[in-house]
Amino acid sequence: MAGQMIFRHRMSTRVWHWINATVMVVMFMSGLMVFNAHPRLYWGHFGSSHDPAWLELPRFPGWATIPTDYSLALGRLWHFGFAWIFAFGFLAYLMWSLFNGHWRKDVALSRTEVAPSNLWHDIKKHARLDFHSDDTRYNPLQKITYSLVLFGLIPLLIMTGLTMSPGMNAAMPWLVDLFGGRQSARSLHFIAAFGMLAFFFVHIALVMLAGPINEVRSMITGYFRLPDPKA
Amino acid sequence: MSGLITRRGLIGGLGVGSGLLLSGCDRLTKTPGFISLLEKAESGNFAIQRSLIERGALAREFRPEQRSPVFKANGTRMPVGESYARHIAENFANWRLKIDGLVARPQAFSLPQIMAAPQRTQITRHDCVEGWSAIGKWTGVPLKLLLDASGLRDTAKYLVFHCADLYGGAGGRPYYESIDMIDALHPQTIMAWALNDQKVPVGNGAPLRLRVERQLGYKHAKYVERIEAVASLDGIYGGKGGYWEDGHGYQWYAGI
Repeated sequence: MAGQMIFRHRMSTRVWHWINATVMVVMFMSGLMVFNAHPRLYWGHFGSSHDPAWLELPRFPGWATIPTDYSLALGRLWHFGFAWIFAFGFLAYLMWSLFNGHWRKDVALSRTEVAPSNLWHDIKKHARLDFHSDDTRYNPLQKITYSLVLFGLIPLLIMTGLTMSPGMNAAMPWLVDLFGGRQSARSLHFIAAFGMLAFFFVHIALVMLAGPINEVRSMITGYFRLPDPKA
Repeated sequence: MSGLITRRGLIGGLGVGSGLLLSGCDRLTKTPGFISLLEKAESGNFAIQRSLIERGALAREFRPEQRSPVFKANGTRMPVGESYARHIAENFANWRLKIDGLVARPQAFSLPQIMAAPQRTQITRHDCVEGWSAIGKWTGVPLKLLLDASGLRDTAKYLVFHCADLYGGAGGRPYYESIDMIDALHPQTIMAWALNDQKVPVGNGAPLRLRVERQLGYKHAKYVERIEAVASLDGIYGGKGGYWEDGHGYQWYAGI
């Protein structure tokens, strides 16, 4: 029969997870609407239809954007409204996770975990689609991915977003230097957004493979059922 | 358990989910209360930017070799109508920049008068709301000098820039924009008559355009023929302070 139930996710993680899941979808889809106004990307300080683009795409279709019908003004309104929840929700979660030890105990990698032999073992385990861990903790690849999202993609999205604001450029000129120009920041913002989309799909796929009901329940109630030790 | 999750079910589920999400979002977009909530967040963005950005904080200025090879012209590129055509034919010799409204001494400056005033030259980045940027060198008279000459009254809270173009051509509506006094008195806010050491081309707003460097391109009114100092934007065209603000839902504050 089923294994033992353990408490796996504390309240702050669960609340932020679901708020952020909703906000990320809105940010991504309204972001595609904003992108549609000029679907070309450049490196450097400037870039317009007279300059060579490193990426030029057709407009994203209505089913992928918020709102469905083309409206740059409404897309911006959604994007900049939800940006508050995105940025301050992330900040609150991050501070709280650093403060309550969540980061140190559950996400940070130990030296033995990042040892090549251990990582190789974990890669092989993932390749066999074996997610049935009898360990209550995250596996090394999972920790690396969460760290990249928490300290890479999300801060990059927030900071490149701020860099695109001409007002913020006047207040914090170092931001635009950090990314090598406003158009570089716009390109990085786009790349990071698609990095988040990739994370989203891999995350959903792994939840499905690892047992969706148990995984989703653990993110709602906090309780996770360990695999049957006798199985 | 996971045997219940078929691939078809999964793809179908995702499709239905995103369809529900989208129709939900579109319904929210049509809900006035939700839009006004988002607009409150946008006022929050305005308030936080105004508090973070020092009044006199300058927009980045660039070196000459950092300019765009071609400075993109957008929006109206050739105002329609006999009046503007005559100004082109006359090389703008009879163009006047009127300053009126809440001023002690209404003015009508000719271009030679404007060029004879102390000038400011700045190489700045122009950011369109659409997402593109172009860097160009602008020369013009600081707006503050024109306002000082006009005796701006304390009751004036906004400047309204009336332009010579009907947006969208014949049958279009007059383009206009407005800024508050923080931007009006900012050292980089100029009425520019030169772009990259040439007279401003017609496509970029000849003979005079506003430069308000800490905001997006639609604030930078082109073909400016009148600056009106007002206490409130109520009753000026649609009351929201600009062509795009009135008709297309763009925000009056365009620092983001």
